[in-house]
Amino acid sequence: MAVVFQKPKSLTDLPFHYCPGCPHGIIHRLVAEVMDELGIEGKTIGVAPVGCAVMAYDYFACDMIEAAHGRAPAVATGIKRCRPENVVFTYQGDGDLASIGMAETVHAAARNENITVIFVNNAIYGMTGGQMAPTSLPGQVTQTSPYGRDVNHCGWPIKVCEMLSTLEGPEYLARVAVNNVKNVNAAKKAIKKAFQNQIEGKGFSLVEVVSACPTNWGMTPQKALEWVESDMLPYYPIGVYKDRSAAKEDAK
Amino acid sequence: MAKVTFNTDLCKGCGLCVSACPKKLLVIAEDQINSKGYSPAVMTDMEKCIGCAFCATMCPDCIITVEK
Repeated sequence: MAVVFQKPKSLTDLPFHYCPGCPHGIIHRLVAEVMDELGIEGKTIGVAPVGCAVMAYDYFACDMIEAAHGRAPAVATGIKRCRPENVVFTYQGDGDLASIGMAETVHAAARNENITVIFVNNAIYGMTGGQMAPTSLPGQVTQTSPYGRDVNHCGWPIKVCEMLSTLEGPEYLARVAVNNVKNVNAAKKAIKKAFQNQIEGKGFSLVEVVSACPTNWGMTPQKALEWVESDMLPYYPIGVYKDRSAAKEDAK
Repeated sequence: MAKVTFNTDLCKGCGLCVSACPKKLLVIAEDQINSKGYSPAVMTDMEKCIGCAFCATMCPDCIITVEK
């Protein structure tokens, strides 16, 4: 019998600290599987965020560094410019990337830094206990919006892929989800492309992964994944928002 | 004939594998408790498993190994 599925070698043996049913584990595994398949574990440097994934540096077997809150793209820029032979990725949540780290994200994209960004969007601040995030949906109940997010008072959610796609800079922007097997497999393809783009020197690639937070949404893991399908994906549609190389091929 | 093995002690009993299985072969064993204090997922009928690895694809804790 041949092994058709096992834990990727680019993950350490340490058990994840995440809540039961948290898709962070799935997304970690996808990144690790891509590292295994591309054979880049030995030369990859990851940048961990602040948020639930703050201890991602313990889980990935490649070299890791911890950035201050939101500064992962800036730290990754420094690493990549000093060590262009290494593969550099950041792994960030929505509070890290879309709130405090928005400036770093936008400017790294505008400069087309040759890095890969994995952006986990679960529409809430998970680690701090479920406060409203920049990506919380209109009407979504959180700790700090107990009557639902009022867009007249709190503003509208930020659609990161759509916003960055207006820039000339970035090479590849895609939104994927991990709510079912089909979407997980599609997410892996997008993450692999984002890493390949960097290896080929094409520039800034960001993959937004629409995720879930069963604990802070107050749902079972199954119900949370259903909510991703019914409520989040209509607001954050899956798709490729920018692929400059493919656009150039089409133009030929 | 496929073989699915669970690293049961690391299972958090979230049940995502249970809902992913197309043959409905997995259940959360309510009468068991693992070292983490959760009721783990278990295979009910190994003979009927088709080795699609859907359970392992959805497992957030990478505890499932599939052989075929």
